Amino acid sequence: MQNAKGSREAISPSSYPADLARNEPTSELLSELVAHLRQNRTLLREGWVTSITEARLLTAMTQEEIFAEATSVYDSYVAALETGTFEALQAYARNLSERIIPRGVETHEVVGIVLLLRDVLARSLFAKYQADFEKLNRILDAYEPAANRIANTVAVGFVQERERVIRQQQEAIRELSTPVLQVRERLLILPIIGVIDPQRARQLTEQLLRGIRTNRAKVVVIDITGVAAMDASVANHLVQTVEASRLLGATVIVTGLSPEIAQTLVTIGVDLGKMNTVGDLQGGIEQAERLLGYKVVPSN
Amino acid sequence: MEVPILKQGQFLIATIQAALSDADLVQLRTALVRQVVRFRSLGVIVDVTAMDVVDSFASRTLLEISRMIRLRGADTVIVGIQPEVAFAMVQLGLTLEDIPTALDLEEGLAYLQQKFTTTD
Repeated sequence: MQNAKGSREAISPSSYPADLARNEPTSELLSELVAHLRQNRTLLREGWVTSITEARLLTAMTQEEIFAEATSVYDSYVAALETGTFEALQAYARNLSERIIPRGVETHEVVGIVLLLRDVLARSLFAKYQADFEKLNRILDAYEPAANRIANTVAVGFVQERERVIRQQQEAIRELSTPVLQVRERLLILPIIGVIDPQRARQLTEQLLRGIRTNRAKVVVIDITGVAAMDASVANHLVQTVEASRLLGATVIVTGLSPEIAQTLVTIGVDLGKMNTVGDLQGGIEQAERLLGYKVVPSN
Repeated sequence: MEVPILKQGQFLIATIQAALSDADLVQLRTALVRQVVRFRSLGVIVDVTAMDVVDSFASRTLLEISRMIRLRGADTVIVGIQPEVAFAMVQLGLTLEDIPTALDLEEGLAYLQQKFTTTD
Protein backbone atom coordinates (compact mmCIF):
# COMPACT_ATOMS: atom_id res chain seq x y z
CA MET A 1 0.00 0.00 0.00
CA GLN A 2 2.70 2.39 1.05
CA ASN A 3 4.59 1.73 -2.13
CA ALA A 4 1.60 2.29 -4.35
CA LYS A 5 0.85 5.58 -2.69
CA GLY A 6 4.44 6.64 -2.77
CA SER A 7 4.74 5.98 -6.45
CA ARG A 8 1.58 7.92 -7.17
CA GLU A 9 3.04 10.94 -5.39
CA ALA A 10 6.27 10.49 -7.22
CA ILE A 11 4.58 10.34 -10.61
CA SER A 12 2.12 13.22 -10.31
CA PRO A 13 4.67 16.08 -10.30
CA SER A 14 6.13 15.01 -13.60
CA SER A 15 2.85 14.32 -15.32
CA TYR A 16 1.32 17.72 -14.57
CA PRO A 17 2.53 21.27 -15.03
CA ALA A 18 4.84 22.41 -12.28
CA ASP A 19 2.51 25.11 -10.93
CA LEU A 20 -0.16 22.52 -10.17
CA ALA A 21 2.23 20.13 -8.48
CA ARG A 22 3.62 22.60 -5.96
CA ASN A 23 0.38 22.49 -3.95
CA GLU A 24 -0.76 20.10 -1.20
CA PRO A 25 0.39 16.44 -1.47
CA THR A 26 -2.15 13.84 -2.43
CA SER A 27 -2.78 12.70 1.14
CA GLU A 28 -3.95 16.15 2.18
CA LEU A 29 -6.23 16.40 -0.81
CA LEU A 30 -7.59 12.98 0.05
CA SER A 31 -8.35 13.96 3.63
CA GLU A 32 -10.13 17.06 2.37
CA LEU A 33 -12.05 14.81 0.04
CA VAL A 34 -12.90 12.39 2.82
CA ALA A 35 -14.12 15.23 5.00
CA HIS A 36 -16.39 16.37 2.18
CA LEU A 37 -17.73 12.84 1.69
CA ARG A 38 -18.38 12.46 5.43
CA GLN A 39 -20.21 15.78 5.58
CA ASN A 40 -22.52 14.96 2.73
CA ARG A 41 -22.92 11.32 3.64
CA THR A 42 -26.71 11.24 3.82
CA LEU A 43 -27.25 13.17 0.63
CA LEU A 44 -24.69 11.31 -1.46
CA ARG A 45 -25.78 7.94 -0.19
CA GLU A 46 -29.37 8.67 -1.10
CA GLY A 47 -28.30 9.90 -4.51
CA TRP A 48 -26.44 6.67 -5.01
CA VAL A 49 -29.35 4.48 -3.94
CA THR A 50 -31.63 6.40 -6.29
CA SER A 51 -29.32 5.86 -9.22
CA ILE A 52 -29.02 2.16 -8.35
CA THR A 53 -32.79 1.89 -8.45
CA GLU A 54 -33.02 3.87 -11.66
CA ALA A 55 -30.42 1.66 -13.32
CA ARG A 56 -32.46 -1.38 -12.21
CA LEU A 57 -29.51 -2.99 -10.49
CA LEU A 58 -29.78 -5.35 -7.51
CA THR A 59 -33.37 -6.21 -8.38
CA ALA A 60 -33.06 -9.35 -6.25
CA MET A 61 -32.86 -7.21 -3.13
CA THR A 62 -35.49 -5.07 -1.37
CA GLN A 63 -35.20 -1.29 -1.16
CA GLU A 64 -34.35 -1.47 2.56
CA GLU A 65 -31.63 -4.05 1.98
CA ILE A 66 -30.12 -1.97 -0.78
CA PHE A 67 -30.12 1.05 1.49
CA ALA A 68 -28.50 -0.84 4.36
CA GLU A 69 -25.84 -2.36 2.14
CA ALA A 70 -25.28 0.97 0.40
CA THR A 71 -24.61 2.58 3.77
CA SER A 72 -21.98 -0.02 4.68
CA VAL A 73 -20.41 0.10 1.24
CA TYR A 74 -20.32 3.89 1.34
CA ASP A 75 -18.61 3.90 4.75
CA SER A 76 -16.06 1.26 3.76
CA TYR A 77 -15.47 3.17 0.54
CA VAL A 78 -14.74 6.39 2.39
CA ALA A 79 -12.60 4.50 4.91
CA ALA A 80 -10.57 2.97 2.08
CA LEU A 81 -10.07 6.43 0.55
CA GLU A 82 -9.00 7.78 3.91
CA THR A 83 -6.57 5.08 4.98
CA GLY A 84 -5.37 4.04 1.55
CA THR A 85 -5.59 0.41 2.72
CA PHE A 86 -7.93 -2.00 1.05
CA GLU A 87 -7.89 -5.01 3.36
CA ALA A 88 -11.00 -3.96 5.27
CA LEU A 89 -12.84 -3.18 2.05
CA GLN A 90 -11.70 -6.44 0.53
CA ALA A 91 -12.97 -8.38 3.55
CA TYR A 92 -16.24 -6.48 3.41
CA ALA A 93 -16.57 -7.16 -0.33
CA ARG A 94 -16.01 -10.84 0.25
CA ASN A 95 -18.51 -10.91 3.07
CA LEU A 96 -21.07 -8.99 1.01
CA SER A 97 -20.52 -11.33 -1.94
CA GLU A 98 -21.06 -14.33 0.30
CA ARG A 99 -24.44 -12.94 1.31
CA ILE A 100 -25.67 -11.77 -2.08
CA ILE A 101 -24.39 -14.51 -4.39
CA PRO A 102 -27.03 -17.00 -3.20
CA ARG A 103 -29.66 -14.34 -3.95
CA GLY A 104 -28.66 -14.37 -7.60
CA VAL A 105 -26.87 -11.04 -7.78
CA GLU A 106 -24.79 -10.89 -10.96
CA THR A 107 -21.27 -9.64 -11.54
CA HIS A 108 -22.40 -6.76 -13.75
CA GLU A 109 -24.64 -5.50 -10.96
CA VAL A 110 -21.88 -5.40 -8.39
CA VAL A 111 -19.47 -3.71 -10.79
CA GLY A 112 -22.33 -1.41 -11.85
CA ILE A 113 -23.13 -0.16 -8.38
CA VAL A 114 -19.51 0.52 -7.50
CA LEU A 115 -19.05 2.48 -10.72
CA LEU A 116 -22.26 4.37 -9.98
CA LEU A 117 -20.94 5.32 -6.55
CA ARG A 118 -17.72 6.49 -8.15
CA ASP A 119 -19.71 8.68 -10.55
CA VAL A 120 -22.04 10.04 -7.88
CA LEU A 121 -19.05 11.07 -5.78
CA ALA A 122 -17.24 12.54 -8.77
CA ARG A 123 -20.29 14.65 -9.59
CA SER A 124 -20.46 15.98 -6.08
CA LEU A 125 -16.80 16.93 -6.37
CA PHE A 126 -17.53 18.77 -9.63
CA ALA A 127 -20.35 20.60 -7.93
CA LYS A 128 -18.26 21.57 -4.95
CA TYR A 129 -15.12 22.70 -6.78
CA GLN A 130 -16.50 23.96 -10.06
CA ALA A 131 -15.47 27.49 -9.18
CA ASP A 132 -11.84 26.48 -8.67
CA PHE A 133 -10.88 24.49 -11.71
CA GLU A 134 -7.27 23.85 -10.68
CA LYS A 135 -8.27 22.54 -7.33
CA LEU A 136 -10.90 20.32 -8.92
CA ASN A 137 -8.22 18.90 -11.15
CA ARG A 138 -5.95 18.06 -8.28
CA ILE A 139 -8.77 16.58 -6.24
CA LEU A 140 -9.72 14.37 -9.16
CA ASP A 141 -6.08 13.36 -9.59
CA ALA A 142 -6.11 12.14 -6.04
CA TYR A 143 -9.60 10.67 -6.18
CA GLU A 144 -9.63 8.80 -9.47
CA PRO A 145 -6.79 6.31 -8.95
CA ALA A 146 -8.08 5.47 -5.47
CA ALA A 147 -11.66 5.12 -6.72
CA ASN A 148 -10.56 2.90 -9.58
CA ARG A 149 -8.65 0.71 -7.21
CA ILE A 150 -11.67 0.40 -4.97
CA ALA A 151 -13.86 -0.59 -7.91
CA ASN A 152 -11.25 -3.13 -8.91
CA THR A 153 -10.95 -4.54 -5.40
CA VAL A 154 -14.69 -4.98 -4.99
CA ALA A 155 -15.15 -6.56 -8.43
CA VAL A 156 -12.25 -8.95 -7.96
CA GLY A 157 -13.48 -9.85 -4.48
CA PHE A 158 -16.92 -10.64 -5.86
CA VAL A 159 -15.63 -12.74 -8.72
CA GLN A 160 -13.24 -14.63 -6.47
CA GLU A 161 -16.01 -15.40 -4.02
CA ARG A 162 -18.19 -16.57 -6.86
CA GLU A 163 -15.48 -18.83 -8.19
CA ARG A 164 -14.94 -20.24 -4.72
CA VAL A 165 -18.66 -21.03 -4.44
CA ILE A 166 -18.63 -22.67 -7.88
CA ARG A 167 -15.60 -24.77 -7.01
CA GLN A 168 -17.18 -25.81 -3.75
CA GLN A 169 -20.38 -26.83 -5.50
CA GLN A 170 -18.52 -28.75 -8.18
CA GLU A 171 -16.70 -30.61 -5.46
CA ALA A 172 -19.95 -31.40 -3.67
CA ILE A 173 -21.66 -32.57 -6.85
CA ARG A 174 -18.69 -34.70 -7.73
CA GLU A 175 -18.75 -36.42 -4.36
CA LEU A 176 -22.49 -36.86 -4.37
CA SER A 177 -22.70 -38.13 -7.87
CA THR A 178 -20.62 -41.29 -7.65
CA PRO A 179 -21.58 -43.52 -4.77
CA VAL A 180 -20.20 -47.05 -4.86
CA LEU A 181 -22.52 -49.10 -2.67
CA GLN A 182 -22.20 -52.57 -1.32
CA VAL A 183 -25.56 -54.37 -1.35
CA ARG A 184 -24.28 -57.80 -0.41
CA GLU A 185 -21.00 -59.37 0.51
CA ARG A 186 -18.86 -59.08 -2.64
CA LEU A 187 -21.58 -57.31 -4.64
CA LEU A 188 -21.35 -53.59 -5.42
CA ILE A 189 -23.77 -51.34 -7.21
CA LEU A 190 -22.82 -48.12 -8.94
CA PRO A 191 -25.89 -46.08 -9.82
CA ILE A 192 -25.04 -43.34 -12.31
CA ILE A 193 -27.39 -40.39 -12.63
CA GLY A 194 -27.10 -37.38 -14.89
CA VAL A 195 -24.66 -36.36 -17.55
CA ILE A 196 -21.38 -38.22 -17.87
CA ASP A 197 -18.56 -36.09 -19.17
CA PRO A 198 -15.06 -37.48 -19.71
CA GLN A 199 -13.84 -36.10 -16.40
CA ARG A 200 -16.70 -37.66 -14.46
CA ALA A 201 -16.32 -40.92 -16.36
CA ARG A 202 -12.72 -41.06 -15.31
CA GLN A 203 -13.58 -40.37 -11.73
CA LEU A 204 -16.30 -43.02 -11.78
CA THR A 205 -13.80 -45.57 -12.98
CA GLU A 206 -11.27 -44.66 -10.33
CA GLN A 207 -13.86 -44.88 -7.57
CA LEU A 208 -15.21 -48.16 -8.85
CA LEU A 209 -11.78 -49.80 -9.14
CA ARG A 210 -10.88 -48.60 -5.66
CA GLY A 211 -14.26 -49.84 -4.38
CA ILE A 212 -13.69 -53.27 -5.90
CA ARG A 213 -10.40 -53.52 -4.06
CA THR A 214 -11.54 -52.29 -0.67
CA ASN A 215 -14.79 -54.28 -0.67
CA ARG A 216 -13.21 -57.31 -2.34
CA ALA A 217 -16.10 -57.32 -4.78
CA LYS A 218 -16.62 -60.10 -7.28
CA VAL A 219 -19.62 -58.68 -9.08
CA VAL A 220 -20.47 -55.06 -9.86
CA VAL A 221 -23.80 -53.81 -11.18
CA ILE A 222 -23.50 -50.46 -12.99
CA ASP A 223 -26.96 -48.96 -13.34
CA ILE A 224 -27.30 -46.25 -15.97
CA THR A 225 -31.08 -45.83 -15.85
CA GLY A 226 -30.53 -42.19 -14.88
CA VAL A 227 -28.24 -41.42 -17.80
CA ALA A 228 -30.12 -39.69 -20.59
CA ALA A 229 -27.46 -39.67 -23.28
CA MET A 230 -24.10 -41.13 -24.01
CA ASP A 231 -21.57 -40.31 -26.70
CA ALA A 232 -18.89 -42.48 -28.23
CA SER A 233 -16.08 -41.43 -25.92
CA VAL A 234 -18.13 -42.08 -22.80
CA ALA A 235 -19.33 -45.42 -24.16
CA ASN A 236 -15.74 -46.42 -24.84
CA HIS A 237 -14.84 -45.35 -21.36
CA LEU A 238 -17.61 -47.58 -20.02
CA VAL A 239 -16.21 -50.52 -21.97
CA GLN A 240 -12.76 -49.76 -20.58
CA THR A 241 -14.16 -49.63 -17.06
CA VAL A 242 -15.70 -53.06 -17.56
CA GLU A 243 -12.41 -54.45 -18.82
CA ALA A 244 -10.37 -52.86 -16.03
CA SER A 245 -12.79 -54.30 -13.47
CA ARG A 246 -12.31 -57.71 -14.99
CA LEU A 247 -8.54 -57.36 -14.59
CA LEU A 248 -9.22 -56.93 -10.88
CA GLY A 249 -11.23 -60.14 -10.95
CA ALA A 250 -14.70 -58.60 -10.87
CA THR A 251 -17.56 -59.25 -13.28
CA VAL A 252 -19.52 -56.19 -14.37
CA ILE A 253 -23.21 -56.19 -15.22
CA VAL A 254 -24.57 -53.05 -16.88
CA THR A 255 -28.27 -52.39 -16.36
CA GLY A 256 -30.85 -49.85 -17.44
CA LEU A 257 -29.64 -48.89 -20.90
CA SER A 258 -32.37 -46.65 -22.25
CA PRO A 259 -33.76 -47.25 -25.76
CA GLU A 260 -32.09 -44.02 -26.91
CA ILE A 261 -28.69 -45.07 -25.61
CA ALA A 262 -29.07 -48.55 -27.08
CA GLN A 263 -29.84 -46.99 -30.46
CA THR A 264 -26.98 -44.53 -30.22
CA LEU A 265 -24.47 -47.18 -29.26
CA VAL A 266 -25.44 -49.48 -32.08
CA THR A 267 -25.52 -46.63 -34.58
CA ILE A 268 -22.08 -45.31 -33.68
CA GLY A 269 -20.78 -48.86 -33.62
CA VAL A 270 -19.38 -49.10 -30.09
CA ASP A 271 -18.40 -52.68 -29.39
CA LEU A 272 -20.42 -53.75 -26.41
CA GLY A 273 -19.93 -57.43 -27.07
CA LYS A 274 -17.78 -57.85 -23.99
CA MET A 275 -20.37 -56.24 -21.79
CA ASN A 276 -22.87 -58.15 -19.77
CA THR A 277 -26.13 -56.19 -19.96
CA VAL A 278 -29.46 -56.75 -18.21
CA GLY A 279 -32.65 -54.76 -18.71
CA ASP A 280 -33.20 -53.27 -15.29
CA LEU A 281 -31.47 -52.93 -11.94
CA GLN A 282 -33.59 -55.66 -10.36
CA GLY A 283 -32.63 -58.13 -13.07
CA GLY A 284 -29.00 -57.11 -12.72
CA ILE A 285 -28.97 -57.71 -8.98
CA GLU A 286 -30.72 -61.06 -9.46
CA GLN A 287 -28.14 -62.16 -11.97
CA ALA A 288 -25.33 -60.97 -9.71
CA GLU A 289 -26.79 -63.01 -6.85
CA ARG A 290 -26.88 -66.08 -9.08
CA LEU A 291 -23.23 -65.53 -10.00
CA LEU A 292 -22.31 -65.24 -6.34
CA GLY A 293 -24.36 -68.31 -5.42
CA TYR A 294 -27.01 -66.52 -3.38
CA LYS A 295 -30.52 -67.83 -3.44
CA VAL A 296 -33.22 -65.45 -2.30
CA VAL A 297 -36.44 -67.16 -1.20
CA PRO A 298 -39.53 -65.74 0.51
CA SER A 299 -39.61 -66.66 4.20
CA ASN A 300 -43.15 -68.10 4.33
CA MET B 1 15.93 -60.91 -10.97
CA GLU B 2 14.55 -64.41 -10.87
CA VAL B 3 10.93 -64.89 -9.87
CA PRO B 4 10.46 -67.56 -7.20
CA ILE B 5 7.96 -70.28 -8.09
CA LEU B 6 6.34 -72.02 -5.13
CA LYS B 7 4.41 -75.25 -5.16
CA GLN B 8 1.22 -75.08 -3.12
CA GLY B 9 -0.72 -78.33 -3.26
CA GLN B 10 -1.89 -78.85 -6.80
CA PHE B 11 -0.99 -75.33 -7.84
CA LEU B 12 2.10 -73.30 -8.64
CA ILE B 13 2.44 -69.75 -7.41
CA ALA B 14 4.81 -67.26 -9.03
CA THR B 15 5.04 -64.00 -7.12
CA ILE B 16 6.65 -61.14 -8.98
CA GLN B 17 8.37 -59.03 -6.35
CA ALA B 18 9.78 -56.10 -8.28
CA ALA B 19 9.71 -54.52 -11.69
CA LEU B 20 10.89 -57.08 -14.21
CA SER B 21 13.02 -56.67 -17.29
CA ASP B 22 11.87 -58.30 -20.52
CA ALA B 23 14.50 -61.01 -20.08
CA ASP B 24 13.20 -61.78 -16.59
CA LEU B 25 9.69 -62.17 -17.97
CA VAL B 26 10.87 -64.58 -20.65
CA GLN B 27 12.77 -66.49 -18.00
CA LEU B 28 9.60 -66.68 -15.87
CA ARG B 29 7.66 -67.98 -18.85
CA THR B 30 10.20 -70.70 -19.57
CA ALA B 31 10.41 -71.76 -15.93
CA LEU B 32 6.63 -71.93 -15.46
CA VAL B 33 6.01 -73.87 -18.63
CA ARG B 34 8.69 -76.32 -17.64
CA GLN B 35 7.67 -76.78 -14.02
CA VAL B 36 3.93 -77.08 -14.49
CA VAL B 37 4.24 -80.62 -15.78
CA ARG B 38 7.16 -81.53 -13.57
CA PHE B 39 5.02 -80.89 -10.48
CA ARG B 40 1.89 -82.24 -12.20
CA SER B 41 0.11 -78.98 -11.30
CA LEU B 42 -3.48 -78.25 -12.26
CA GLY B 43 -3.20 -74.51 -12.08
CA VAL B 44 -0.72 -71.64 -12.02
CA ILE B 45 -1.15 -68.31 -10.25
CA VAL B 46 0.94 -65.34 -11.33
CA ASP B 47 0.86 -62.62 -8.70
CA VAL B 48 1.64 -59.20 -10.21
CA THR B 49 0.83 -57.07 -7.12
CA ALA B 50 4.30 -55.53 -7.15
CA MET B 51 4.16 -54.46 -10.79
CA ASP B 52 3.60 -50.73 -11.16
CA VAL B 53 3.67 -50.89 -14.93
CA VAL B 54 2.35 -53.56 -17.24
CA ASP B 55 3.47 -52.67 -20.75
CA SER B 56 2.64 -54.38 -24.01
CA PHE B 57 5.54 -56.82 -23.74
CA ALA B 58 4.60 -57.84 -20.19
CA SER B 59 0.98 -58.16 -21.21
CA ARG B 60 1.84 -60.30 -24.21
CA THR B 61 4.14 -62.49 -22.15
CA LEU B 62 1.36 -63.05 -19.60
CA LEU B 63 -0.94 -64.07 -22.46
CA GLU B 64 1.72 -66.43 -23.81
CA ILE B 65 2.27 -67.95 -20.38
CA SER B 66 -1.45 -68.61 -20.11
CA ARG B 67 -1.70 -70.20 -23.56
CA MET B 68 1.45 -72.31 -23.22
CA ILE B 69 0.34 -73.58 -19.83
CA ARG B 70 -3.06 -74.43 -21.31
CA LEU B 71 -1.25 -76.57 -23.89
CA ARG B 72 0.59 -78.24 -21.03
CA GLY B 73 -2.76 -79.09 -19.45
CA ALA B 74 -3.20 -76.52 -16.69
CA ASP B 75 -4.99 -73.21 -16.06
CA THR B 76 -3.49 -69.82 -15.29
CA VAL B 77 -4.88 -67.03 -13.13
CA ILE B 78 -3.35 -63.55 -12.98
CA VAL B 79 -3.87 -61.92 -9.58
CA GLY B 80 -3.13 -58.62 -7.90
CA ILE B 81 -3.37 -56.14 -10.78
CA GLN B 82 -3.49 -52.67 -9.19
CA PRO B 83 -6.48 -50.45 -10.05
CA GLU B 84 -4.31 -47.78 -11.69
CA VAL B 85 -2.41 -50.41 -13.63
CA ALA B 86 -5.67 -52.01 -14.77
CA PHE B 87 -6.97 -48.70 -16.06
CA ALA B 88 -3.72 -47.87 -17.82
CA MET B 89 -3.70 -51.31 -19.41
CA VAL B 90 -7.19 -51.06 -20.88
CA GLN B 91 -6.39 -47.62 -22.22
CA LEU B 92 -3.49 -49.18 -24.07
CA GLY B 93 -5.82 -51.93 -25.27
CA LEU B 94 -4.10 -54.60 -23.18
CA THR B 95 -7.02 -56.51 -21.75
CA LEU B 96 -5.49 -60.00 -21.22
CA GLU B 97 -8.55 -61.24 -23.03
CA ASP B 98 -9.07 -64.90 -22.15
CA ILE B 99 -7.02 -65.16 -18.97
CA PRO B 100 -8.97 -65.46 -15.73
CA THR B 101 -8.05 -62.73 -13.25
CA ALA B 102 -8.60 -62.35 -9.52
CA LEU B 103 -8.18 -59.64 -6.93
CA ASP B 104 -5.36 -61.23 -4.96
CA LEU B 105 -3.64 -64.51 -4.19
CA GLU B 106 -6.41 -65.67 -1.88
CA GLU B 107 -9.06 -65.07 -4.52
CA GLY B 108 -6.94 -66.74 -7.16
CA LEU B 109 -6.53 -69.87 -5.03
CA ALA B 110 -10.25 -69.89 -4.26
CA TYR B 111 -11.00 -69.62 -7.99
CA LEU B 112 -8.78 -72.59 -8.89
CA GLN B 113 -9.95 -74.67 -5.96
CA GLN B 114 -13.57 -74.12 -6.88
CA LYS B 115 -12.88 -74.90 -10.50
CA PHE B 116 -11.18 -78.21 -9.74
CA THR B 117 -13.65 -79.32 -7.09
CA THR B 118 -16.66 -78.76 -9.34
CA THR B 119 -15.11 -80.55 -12.32
CA ASP B 120 -14.02 -83.52 -10.24
